[in-house]
Amino acid sequence: MAKTIAEINEKIRKGKAVVLTAEEVINIAKGKGVSRAAEEVDVVTTGTFSPMCGSGVFLNIGHSRPRIKLGGGKVCLNDVPVYTGIAAVDIFLGATAIPDDDPRNKFYPGEFNYGGGHVIEELVAGKDIRLTATAYGTDCYPRKKLETLINIKDINEATLFNIRNAYQNYNVGVNLSDKVIYTYMGVLKPNLGNAHYATAGQLSPLFNDPYYKTIGVGTKIFLGGGVGYVAWHGTQHNPTALRGDNGVPRRGAGTLAVIGDLKQMKPQWLIGTSMLGYGCTLTVGIGVPIPILSEEILRYTMVTDADILAPIVDYSEAYSQMKPDILGEVSYAELKSGHIKIQGKDVLTGSLSSYPKAKEIAGILKKWIEKGEFLLTEPVASLPGAESGITFKPLKERPIVEWEQNARLQKNSTSLPA
Amino acid sequence: MHVSRRIVLHFPPNITGQPVVYRLVKDFGLTFNILKASVSPGEEGLLVMDLSGEQNSYDKGIKYLTEVGVEIQSLSKDVVRDESRCTHCGVCITICPTEAFSLESETRQVLFDHNKCVVCGLCVKACPPRAMILHF
Repeated sequence: MAKTIAEINEKIRKGKAVVLTAEEVINIAKGKGVSRAAEEVDVVTTGTFSPMCGSGVFLNIGHSRPRIKLGGGKVCLNDVPVYTGIAAVDIFLGATAIPDDDPRNKFYPGEFNYGGGHVIEELVAGKDIRLTATAYGTDCYPRKKLETLINIKDINEATLFNIRNAYQNYNVGVNLSDKVIYTYMGVLKPNLGNAHYATAGQLSPLFNDPYYKTIGVGTKIFLGGGVGYVAWHGTQHNPTALRGDNGVPRRGAGTLAVIGDLKQMKPQWLIGTSMLGYGCTLTVGIGVPIPILSEEILRYTMVTDADILAPIVDYSEAYSQMKPDILGEVSYAELKSGHIKIQGKDVLTGSLSSYPKAKEIAGILKKWIEKGEFLLTEPVASLPGAESGITFKPLKERPIVEWEQNARLQKNSTSLPA
Repeated sequence: MHVSRRIVLHFPPNITGQPVVYRLVKDFGLTFNILKASVSPGEEGLLVMDLSGEQNSYDKGIKYLTEVGVEIQSLSKDVVRDESRCTHCGVCITICPTEAFSLESETRQVLFDHNKCVVCGLCVKACPPRAMILHF
């Protein structure tokens, strides 16, 4: 019964495609049986809405008169420093950047009320942004100072390019110590006072395509309220992570790098975010359509919260000290019940990911496809799978002295007479 | 006229052993709903409560509290949720000491019960999109 993406697109064009969200497909496919459901269902839509630090925007602000070379200079947007080490008027604004005068954790825990993620949200919302720049001046770019308002509608390009988003599974963060800790998993209370998790579970994109059989480079997606594409596998992509019999990773595994035109995105799907005592970031909305090309692919999309296990990690010690120990595994069904048992203790759970928003995203994408506004794309390359052998490596620290010795040896050997 | 106010009572250590709240009910016919209490004998105590009754009795009750040495602070601050910023993630649920946040099981929306809020402010800084706002 195998279908092709071209056949599915033909049905989408005619407004005849059968589209279900990753939540809806579970019961419908159980009711109809896998083989009938695989025949009838064309697309399953997924969604996630979570803080994703690996996010940022490339901007080309246009050339001033006289010209200024921002590359190698210093530039801030609303006092948030951006990266300038690229072409003359291209800059990169990262989600976690914070103003130089932010007190950080000097007054612990720092509040981190405004950073790169917030600037991105304001840009998308169409607000004017204050750009201040200093440069060193060259013959062809003589200007050394620039202060101006910029607006997304006037600048040449605003390209959201998130190098790591949509993590396939994540830790459940807890705190075994006797004092409160402030982490990117939120405020974790002492002595297992709470447990925070961070994916949409059964609705999350990569849980519904655990072996990356349909999601690849070039897959068209919902990104920040507009259209985007999977650009590459994300950083720290770890396809060889421990998996269950159903193929679903039981640890943080695959990730996506995504790209899209910020000008057509919406501020309610890109939200500036502050993690107390940790820093700033951006909460990003992503939805990925999964073409039901076979029974096997449909079966993957039927994954439920009860089938997905996440590791419980102590962020006061094991995480910070890079120790592999976990305190056990827990299913998303248990996490979503509101409390879990850890070491015999009943622990309240909270989520960093919004399930209602993930559901809304899957619903919007479903509507776009049903109305024939959103066609699927054929991936142009696959994401590295388990067979690639790619693993997530820790840093191998080496003393810099070693490099100096090598340089000296090399110098000596080249200066020796033949 | 019937009045209902949310107040914070600070008890000096010497009267934490006395049945002060009982007297409010017995002698002045007031009703109360305790929202937060931290009272141990011999130590300074704190009580956050809704106190209501007829204006006349309410005033007498407050006068009585002041006379026995209780310091009264009206809860003029208020925590509200900016619905346009709340993403319904749910990290506030485990942070709130009075369980003012809960999950609506069907939609998984985060509900905020304003009546349970004691304006401690913990959620204000712990909320990632900063949707909880402290009003003065």
